[in-house]
Amino acid sequence: MSKLVLVVDDSLVIRKMVCQTLVKLGFETCEAADGMAGLEAAKGKELALVITDYNMPRMNGLEFIKELRTVDGHKFTPVVFLTTEMEETLRNEARAAGATAWVVKPFQPEKIISVVQKIAA
Amino acid sequence: MSDIQIDMDGLLDTFFEEAEEHLAAFENGLLELEDNPGNRDVVARIFRAAHSIKGASGTFGLTDVTRFTHALETVLDRVRSGDLAYSRELAQVFLPSVDVLRALMRAAREGSAAPAEAASIRVELEKFFVGSASAAPHADAKAAAPVSASREVRVHFVPKLEFMSRGMDPLAMVRDLADVGEIVSREIDASKVPELSCLDPEQMHLSFWIGLKTEKTDKEIAEVFAFVDDLCTFEIVAKVEAAPVVVKEAAPEVHEHAPAEKTAAAAADHGGGAKAAAPAATIRVSTDKVDKLLDLVSEIVIAQAMIVDASRASGQDAETRLNEALGSLDRHTRELQERVMSIRMVPLASVFGRLPRMVRDLAATVGKKVRLVVEGETTEIDKSMVEQLSDPLTHLVRNAVDHGLEFPEDRIKKGKPEEGVVRIRAFHQGGNVIIEVSDDGKGLDTAVIRAKAERLGIVTPDAVLTNDQIHDFIFSAGFSTAAKVTDVSGRGVGMDVVKRNVEALKGSLSLSTELGTGTAMRLRLPLTLAIVDGLAVRVGAQTFVVPLLSVLESFRPGPSQVRGVLGSGEVIDMRGTSVPIVRLHELMNEPNAERDPSRALLCIVEANGQSLALLVDDVIGQAQFVVKSLEVNYRKVPSLMGATILGDGRVAMIVDVQSLARHTGRGADASFSASEAA
Repeated sequence: MSKLVLVVDDSLVIRKMVCQTLVKLGFETCEAADGMAGLEAAKGKELALVITDYNMPRMNGLEFIKELRTVDGHKFTPVVFLTTEMEETLRNEARAAGATAWVVKPFQPEKIISVVQKIAA
Repeated sequence: MSDIQIDMDGLLDTFFEEAEEHLAAFENGLLELEDNPGNRDVVARIFRAAHSIKGASGTFGLTDVTRFTHALETVLDRVRSGDLAYSRELAQVFLPSVDVLRALMRAAREGSAAPAEAASIRVELEKFFVGSASAAPHADAKAAAPVSASREVRVHFVPKLEFMSRGMDPLAMVRDLADVGEIVSREIDASKVPELSCLDPEQMHLSFWIGLKTEKTDKEIAEVFAFVDDLCTFEIVAKVEAAPVVVKEAAPEVHEHAPAEKTAAAAADHGGGAKAAAPAATIRVSTDKVDKLLDLVSEIVIAQAMIVDASRASGQDAETRLNEALGSLDRHTRELQERVMSIRMVPLASVFGRLPRMVRDLAATVGKKVRLVVEGETTEIDKSMVEQLSDPLTHLVRNAVDHGLEFPEDRIKKGKPEEGVVRIRAFHQGGNVIIEVSDDGKGLDTAVIRAKAERLGIVTPDAVLTNDQIHDFIFSAGFSTAAKVTDVSGRGVGMDVVKRNVEALKGSLSLSTELGTGTAMRLRLPLTLAIVDGLAVRVGAQTFVVPLLSVLESFRPGPSQVRGVLGSGEVIDMRGTSVPIVRLHELMNEPNAERDPSRALLCIVEANGQSLALLVDDVIGQAQFVVKSLEVNYRKVPSLMGATILGDGRVAMIVDVQSLARHTGRGADASFSASEAA
């Protein structure tokens, strides 16, 4: 089983934190700064998990998940959706688009650990 | 879980760096909105900037920043959704918000107290929230909620048949319940499981009863199922009997919030700890650049192996191979040097980015109409210079707006457009970066400057001076021709300070002006301070390096060309002008040097428009030299800008022509007047 996780977020610091956490958990990571780049990064890769932010330039997280589901091999890849409490209404849309779980920002590394262990461990 | 340590400190640096970029984007976005308040793209961009800062600051427990950006974000969300129009009133709250956020960020970085304006600006922002009732930010509302007493409930969770085939894990829901309370009992209802023969293993037939000891409301418990509410039914039943049922069934002590808070506190501690040490400077470099460096290093390793190989062999063939290898080593080393230098290069945009806001504020304060045009902001310069460039550049732009441009009514009288233009242009020119700050204002009045200079005693009334020489007086200390010292420019910083700042960067400042048409200030800066193109010269047993940029020519003078000047050294006659001679051997205490100029060489250098003749024994040749700081390794030495290590391992001093000219300059002036008097 793949140990590769794709982290999509326009914030470098969030990407770094999530990736560092994942690496400590024994995963490998790849990163993208928006949905468009995320799709490119996902193509041809076997991913254990995708973690994506919502509000990003060029392509937001919702559009990204919808598109990702049409990419070969990613119909069932688990996707964790990052939202802020302001965007709570988005949850249903995210689930409809194909998200598996969500994490509310701000969050600490521990939160990522518990979610990842539930979904991809 | 606890064995996983995340480097929050390092991440915090990244956060501050990134937040600064977001702030700049935020600020520039606001300025764009001034011209075009309906631009949805810009609104989305600034919303994202505020949103990103908020999201990340929460992670680091920077509560003040989070709370403030939350207020910003809430108002911006209303603007974004078209609920609220971007108005002048809004702009008047948003723009100071940028300053407050910067101050908050600085406070967080240095561990100092939050700025006082933060609270008042936040209150201003909250006035734009929907209705005053919801004005309190979410975080506050949460904190203010009364802590309800602990109680016990039973949660009945019935997943639908397709629960698992839709990718959900029923046990994950049970684990999530542990986040909102202590699980005291668990029961599984398996009565719906069909006969094995007709069992579809991908379907969900079980339901769960979970006993929960919690302080949360039903609504908060229901949150756990929010993501799967169309895939299950659930019911929260208060336990009828309060009698404690002791079912100590090794309930998992997973209380998610405790460690989270601890981390937040730790992050805050880290923030506090960082205040002692100055923030470490970091540069973000694209991985492409790093990969290229690795490529080059491996080429160098190959070349080195070739050299070792060739040095072991003998004969004509070995010599050819050695030369080839050395050639390749030389090529790759030079490329490596260039590439490493390019990593330190950053675009000037980071300095220029602060100017639009300043110009806008200043124009409003002095009552002028100004358009700022910025060109060439992608021009790159060494990162260490960027920071020191900010002050002089700000001052030049401020001067252009305050002193250069006329008031709108005066401009109309002169037949100029009402709106004045301040133009900043940056470009590369022959190994230098040129930055020009020009305005289409009134230009410098030669007569006024001359009168002022005479009054200050800088020049005698009968001296014959060119216009350029007169204009240069504005760079003299204590020179200000503004009719009244305004709040803006009269801050005790004159053009002399600007010039000194620029010279500290090994750059030069010059101006061109035309009365009635405008003034242009031209900054000329080296690309980097780390490497200098220099001319190596010998003085006695020592080698010195003279920056090539300032070298005009070298020659051996005839005995009649050198004239002693009473009391203040000697000069050399060069095509009719007298150039003061600086004896490097005297300055550097080198006893074994040639003392007779006609048997030595004179190296003519120029700085600040003034020429000097350096007396040296011999010229060795030109090369690139890596500048090592004397201040860091030894102490600051006047007339030297640093040291370098030569190919043979010896240390050579690099002459600071500018400071030499400054120190000799006054003596030279004295010598001129003395010789004229004689």
